[in-house]
Amino acid sequence: MSLIDNINKAFDHRIRLGIMSVLMVNDYADFKMLKELLGATDGNLASHAKALEKEEYIKVEKQFIGRKPNTRYSATKLGKLQFKKHIDALEKLIGK
Amino acid sequence: MDSNKYLDDITEIKNIMNRSSRFISLSGLSGVLAGIYALVGAFFAYLKLQEFANINPIDYSRTNSAPFGTSLILDLGTIAFCVIIAAMLTGILLSVRKAKKSNESIWNKSSQRLIVNFFLPLLAGGIFCLVLIQNGSSTLVSSATLLFYGLACVNASKYTLGDVRYMGIAFIILGLVSTQFLGYGLYFWALGFGLFHIIYGGMMYVKYDRK
Repeated sequence: MSLIDNINKAFDHRIRLGIMSVLMVNDYADFKMLKELLGATDGNLASHAKALEKEEYIKVEKQFIGRKPNTRYSATKLGKLQFKKHIDALEKLIGK
Repeated sequence: MDSNKYLDDITEIKNIMNRSSRFISLSGLSGVLAGIYALVGAFFAYLKLQEFANINPIDYSRTNSAPFGTSLILDLGTIAFCVIIAAMLTGILLSVRKAKKSNESIWNKSSQRLIVNFFLPLLAGGIFCLVLIQNGSSTLVSSATLLFYGLACVNASKYTLGDVRYMGIAFIILGLVSTQFLGYGLYFWALGFGLFHIIYGGMMYVKYDRK
């Protein structure tokens, strides 16, 4: 029972799983990099990123590089912790 | 039924972590070809050295005479330069082809990180070797090139296929061993840059490319 509790609903989507995976192994990633890696559309990626931001699992920084707006994402401490728990839970469920 | 979905999730997580932090389009075949170029280069260098030794037998009684003439160093340098350019061009071309096949971009964060981290130790080593020549310790140059190349591979392995790490370690060991056999630099070069590249490149080709 408690195993299922650790499965985090916030990560229960391919794109969200992808965003978190990238941010676990990279200090930060910008919008374009995430888009390329995950093969997501702009709107799709933006809405899933927003959902993770709302949970405070990722941090969003908007800045300008020259004149171009650039959105940079990084995982928060809480996000990394929760994602680790989620992976552990997944692995245990497979192991059963 | 659910456990299949979880397994897919885990596979996807691992896949994305690798793709986002490592440059995995590195082609094993380019390693094999680089090794072959190196062996061909070593063969020509050997011929040049033989030729030189036949024309000017080294006269050790004249201690202040340089054992190598400038023309020989120029010839050997040209051979080395050609081998390096050919190997790098092949590496780039084959990696571009592999990246295209798997729909990855060749010029991205991970390939840039790979290049920076590979060339940093290599550049330091290159300058160090020039200093060795400047100070007349050119017998150590071949050991130093093997050592620094190995260190560059170990350093770069964090940003590409992990197997590069083991090749780097093999080069470091070979470099250290070669310090005890001064004067056989060319053979150690052929063994390292030739044979090791062919062996490890072939292993990587079988493991990742041949499908």
